[in-house]
Formats: sequence, C-alpha cells, structure tokens
Amino acid sequence: MNQSQRYLWSGDEAVARAARDAQVAWGVGYPGTPSTEILENLAALGGKARWSPNEKTALEVGLGAAFAGARALVTMKHVGLNVAADPLFTAAYTGVSGALVIVSADDPGMASSQNEQDNRHYAVAAGVPMLEPADSQEAYDFTLAALEISHRWHTPVLLRMTTRVCHSQTIVVPNRRIEPPPPADFQRDIQGRVMIPAYARPAHRRLRKKLTEIEAWNESSGPNEEHKGKPALGIITSGISYAHVAEVAPDASILKLGMTYPLPMERIRLFVGTVQRCVVIEEGDPYLVEAIRAAGIAVEGKPEMYRYGELSVERVRRILAGDTSPEPVPPRGKPPQLCQGCPHRTAFTVLNKLGCIVSGDIGCYTLGVLPPFEAMDTCVCMGASITVGLGLRHTLPAEQARRVVSVIGDSTFMHSGITGLVEMVYNPPPQGHVVLVLDNGTTAMTGLQEHPGTGRMLNHEPTGKVSIEALARSLGITNVRVLDPAADPAGFEEALRQALDAEKLTLLVARRPCLLAAGKIREYEKTAELQRSGCDCQAAGNDQVSAGGATQT
Amino acid sequence: MKDNKVTNVVIAGLGGQGVLKASDILSRAIFDQGLDLKKSEIHGMSQRGGSVTSDVRFGKKVHSPMVPVGEADFVVVLAPEEVENARRYLRPTGVLITPDAVDGEALSNKRSINVALLGILSRHLEIPESVWRSAIRACLPEKLLEVNENAFTLGRGTS
Ligand SMILES: Cc1ncc(C[n+]2csc(CCOP(=O)(O)OP(=O)(O)O)c2C)c(N)n1
Ligand code: SF4
Repeated sequence: MNQSQRYLWSGDEAVARAARDAQVAWGVGYPGTPSTEILENLAALGGKARWSPNEKTALEVGLGAAFAGARALVTMKHVGLNVAADPLFTAAYTGVSGALVIVSADDPGMASSQNEQDNRHYAVAAGVPMLEPADSQEAYDFTLAALEISHRWHTPVLLRMTTRVCHSQTIVVPNRRIEPPPPADFQRDIQGRVMIPAYARPAHRRLRKKLTEIEAWNESSGPNEEHKGKPALGIITSGISYAHVAEVAPDASILKLGMTYPLPMERIRLFVGTVQRCVVIEEGDPYLVEAIRAAGIAVEGKPEMYRYGELSVERVRRILAGDTSPEPVPPRGKPPQLCQGCPHRTAFTVLNKLGCIVSGDIGCYTLGVLPPFEAMDTCVCMGASITVGLGLRHTLPAEQARRVVSVIGDSTFMHSGITGLVEMVYNPPPQGHVVLVLDNGTTAMTGLQEHPGTGRMLNHEPTGKVSIEALARSLGITNVRVLDPAADPAGFEEALRQALDAEKLTLLVARRPCLLAAGKIREYEKTAELQRSGCDCQAAGNDQVSAGGATQT
Repeated sequence: MKDNKVTNVVIAGLGGQGVLKASDILSRAIFDQGLDLKKSEIHGMSQRGGSVTSDVRFGKKVHSPMVPVGEADFVVVLAPEEVENARRYLRPTGVLITPDAVDGEALSNKRSINVALLGILSRHLEIPESVWRSAIRACLPEKLLEVNENAFTLGRGTS
C-alpha cells in the first residue's frame, strides 16, 4: 500500500482494514448496528471473518484464538457486550497470549437500538483498557494500537466506537505499521487460564498491577493529544465529541483523550492547571467528569439534559454557554415500516385478529408494534420473547394466560431463543405455551446477514445448518409445525387458533424468505448446488468451520 | 478566512430512494478534488421506507461530520413529503433543490431522480464535469450507467 495514499473510509471499514493489515487471524461477532460492517468488510478484504450465534460465543471463540497466540477481533453493538459480559470479566483475569480486541459499537441517540447504554462503564467494571477513536483515521490507528497494547500487556482491549464514528466516512492515510504476528502455538499456562479460586485470586492482583502499568504508559505515551489554545477555556473530551468541540471552540485549549481507561489523571491535572475554566464535553453518561472530580480536580460537566441523545455542534455550543433552555424538537420524520409484501405482515394481522398477548422480540418484526398491526405487547432484549412469555403464562389468570404467544425471529432464535425453549420444556406453564418463530431465512434488521439456521457462513458459503424444528423436537416438544402464512393466511390462522386451544407446548415456524433477501438466497443456493455437483465440496471448503450445530438437515 | 470555509450539503429522502448513493457520488467527486471531507448518515433501518438524510461537508479542514441545523449551503430533497423536514437545515442564503426541479417526463427512469438532482447541485459547485462523470462511473454498476449519466446531464443542463 502506498504510504501517503488517502482513502475515504467509514470507521467500520477502517477497523476492518487495520485488522486485515495486522493479519488478524479471526474476526468474529454477531451483527448489530452500527458494528455490522466491520466483519463484512474484513471478509470482503479477504480476511477470515465469521458470524457466531451470539456475542458471548463470539467473544469466547476470539479468546480461544488469542490463547493460541493469534490476533483476534471480536465485534458487537453495545448491548451485545451485555451478552458477552460473562467471558469479558474473567478474560480480564486470564489475559491472552496473542491479542484480543473487542469492538463495542455504542449507539447514543438510539438510531437503531433499544437503549443507549454507555459501555465505557464496562472498561472500568471489568478492568479492561479502552481506546476511543474520533474518526476513521483513528479507527485505523487505534485498532493497531489496541492490538499492540493487548499483546504487550496480555490483556483484552476494548475499542469503543459510536454510531457516528462507525458510519461517518472520513479521510484515512493508513501509514502506521505493526509487527506481523508470530504463528499460533499452544503454550500451557494452567494457573493463568484455569480460573479456579486458587488461581483467580492471584490473577485478580495481576490484573490490577497491569492496569497500573498501563496507566503509567498512558500518562507518558498514550494516544492523547493536547491542542494549545488560549488559556481562558480548556476542554477535555474524547471520541466524536472532539469533532464538535474543535468546530465550536477553535481557540480553546483542548485535551483529547484517546485512551479513556485507565485515565491519565496526572496529565489531566496538569492540563486543568493551565486553563482558567475547564469543561468536560462527553456524550452519554458523565463518565469522564465524575472520574476527574473523584480525583479531586475541579472541572465543569454538562447539564443533565445533555446526557440523553447524541452531541452535535449545536449542543456543544449550548453546553459551553451553559444554556439549559428547552431544545427545539426535531420533526419526527417518517418512521420505518414493514416492507409492502413482507412475510411478517400476515403473522401480525392474525395475531392482532385473535387478540393475542404478544411477547415480542427484536428484529424487523418489532415493527409489528406499529399500526395497522399493533400486535406486540413486550420487547426488551434479544431472546426475551420466549422467557417473558413464559413468565406471563405462569402468572396471569388462565383466560389471559391462554392468549400469550412468544414471537421471535430466526436469527434471534439462534442468538438466545434456544435456552428459552429449554426453559419452556423444563418449567412448562399449566396452559402450555405457543412460540411462533418468524423464519425469513436471514437477519433482515441489520442488513441481511447469515446465521446458523441459514446454513451459510458470513461469506455466504455453505456450512452446517441448524434446523429450528428438529431442535424443538429433540427437546421433546411434540407440537411442531412449519407453515407459510403469506401463501395460506387462513391455514395459518387456523393453526394458531388450534395451538392456543391445545394447551400444550407448541412451536410454529412461519417460513418464507424476506422479500429483500429472497433473490440473493436463491443465488447462494444455486452457487452452492453448482459447487456440489462440480467439485469435491469438502476440499473446496477446507477453511470452513466444521459443520456444527445441534441438528443438521 | 475564505479558504477555511466548509461547504455543507444535506441530501434527504426516503429509504430506498438512493439518498446514500447520491451522497456517495458527491463524496467521491469531492474526494477526487483532494479536499478534506466528511460524510455522515444514520442508517440501519433505511430499507423500510423511513426518512433518511445524509450530510456531506467539505473544505480545507472539516471537524464535525454532522451539518448543524440552519447551516447547510445546499439541501437536496428526493421526496416531496420530506421537503418540509429537510428545510430546517438550510442557512438563509442556502439553495434548496427539490424533486420538482427536474422534469419527470424527461427522465427515462424515475429511479434516477437522485442523480438528476445531483446534476442540478453540480451547477453550483466548482467541480469539473469530468470529475462528476468519473464519480458516477465509480459508484454505479455498468448496467445502470447510461440511465444515470443521462439523468445527470438532464439536471446539469448540458448535453
Ligand atoms: C444483543 C444484541 N445483539 C444484536 C442486536 C441487533 N439486532 C437486533 S435484532 C437482530 C436480529 C434480527 O434478525 P431476525 O431475528 O432474524 O429478525 P428479522 O430482522 O429478520 O425479521 C439483531 C442482530 C441486538 N439488538 N441485541
Ligand atoms: S427487510 Fe425483509 S423482513 Fe424486513 S420488513 Fe422488509 S421484507 Fe420484511
């Protein structure tokens, strides 16, 4: 690559390029806006990238790769880190031998999410160093830096991005280089990687010692920048907020933090000492300002009203002016809706008609909550439809309990619906339960990604396929039916009515491809068919994960 | 400080109308001019017909990727029903380009309205026509080229 070549990349694309340039051995994650394009780009660049059933499995696969001495990149949206939190906290104890970088793509303002949690808190809670790029150039540079830090201190590193950094395209000159990784090799380290209490106790102390060292490094050589301006106003900021600050206050002195955990508190103290007024400008929770104040340094924060939503040039102006007057309310705009001809439509029409209490889930089909369907009563997090529905069934009066249906998409089912099904078999409600899987053959919500139920990997090549209906039967659910509601709405209505009356454990699969995916799915199938007939597919697919899954059809 | 001026463009429309494709072409043309630029949009659910806007900012040095309300030099709107919403981005001296600015009858394919409106925008920007044309070629597949090149010509008013 030409040293001074410039490119126009999104933040996601820049992370993928850096991973490719650093010879990351495994890129693994679960789709989620705004992180999805990282692995899609990595695959398109010829890197090894895989979708995993969920974020926990992804992080664990990445951890294994990093135990083997390789470089691993694990990607997810912010709420994905909740799912992966269990391995995260203990991976901080075990550390890694290669490198492990975890991208958490936060979504302040909730452009496409169910909450706007601020994952900077995870870095502190788990004791994992965190870098925050402000643009695509830094997304590239910080991915490489994160891999180096991870290897140098044998620790997982969080690369915390936000929607604007992930999706904005900015200019990148990729001229930073890192050493190529050594070949993967297993080195036994029982006390370091087997976290029984006797080994975990010293591991916790090792973790804190590492963090002290990393903090010292961040003080002297961390990726933090100081822009000397006039001393009247100093601003401490990080990530995308820096871009707004630089525009609003070009004359101010600015301390831009690239590594926001562990914080370089002495550097911050020195900076604050050089300015007359110091304001901390950060999106989301008051994370920086509280940490800085806790260290006994006097700084101003933002008024509470700016905790909510994204920051912008306008809002940074208001914060600096101390303006807490009500903000203009932006017009609502036209909300998204289920495509005309979407196979989910019939299902929601019928659910509404039968007066069901719908325990819903996350995906395109969440739009079934909007008129004209208004056929969803709860939606909390991925996988919750089945289990929340069971809670309702267990406790509602019988005549209401009978109307509860759990509605879940196919990708969501693979992500975290399976354990809910196990719960249903283990603790069946007295009136039974009805689970409706809306199987449109893709992860439509996030832009048509593959999942274990499609039988294709991220790059759309064939692999092991998990059958929803065979899985349910294997658990002992006998009432299992596969239907196409769009082809036969009356038949679907009758089947749902029967299922509600049967008072048994029932799983209905409404199967028809997403309108936008159908053509592509036919193409992938045709290509796979040609490959099967034209050559020995075992040999052709030798870099595939071996066909896994509970069942194969 | 004339040379520090950042030009702000907002392209607005509905999911599936080609808002992002239009801002890709515009960004490509600016990028090829060697300027600093940032392009930003919120996407994720755009396939289902909701409102979409894409911000493109360029100049010697661009900081924030988002065009502040009331500071757009150009607002290009692809859907008539989005004009009212998008108008708030415009600065008082800014130029509003709406879908009725092109003669729909003269468009051989209605879906190329995005590129036709870029043609109109191109009259206001100091980017050579050849740069626009190569940006169109870089951003669109072969089979859509002719229709879109004609749409651009229609908007730009050249032949
Ligand atoms: C823990 C977590 N990971 C990822 C996401 C992003 N996300 C929301 S829904 C969804 C899957 C949608 O696929 P599916 O269930 O098949 O429904 P469809 O959109 O196809 O109707 C994803 C990946 C999320 N909200 N939470
Ligand atoms: S993208 Fe597919 S699943 Fe989503 S609304 Fe459109 S047709 Fe339905």
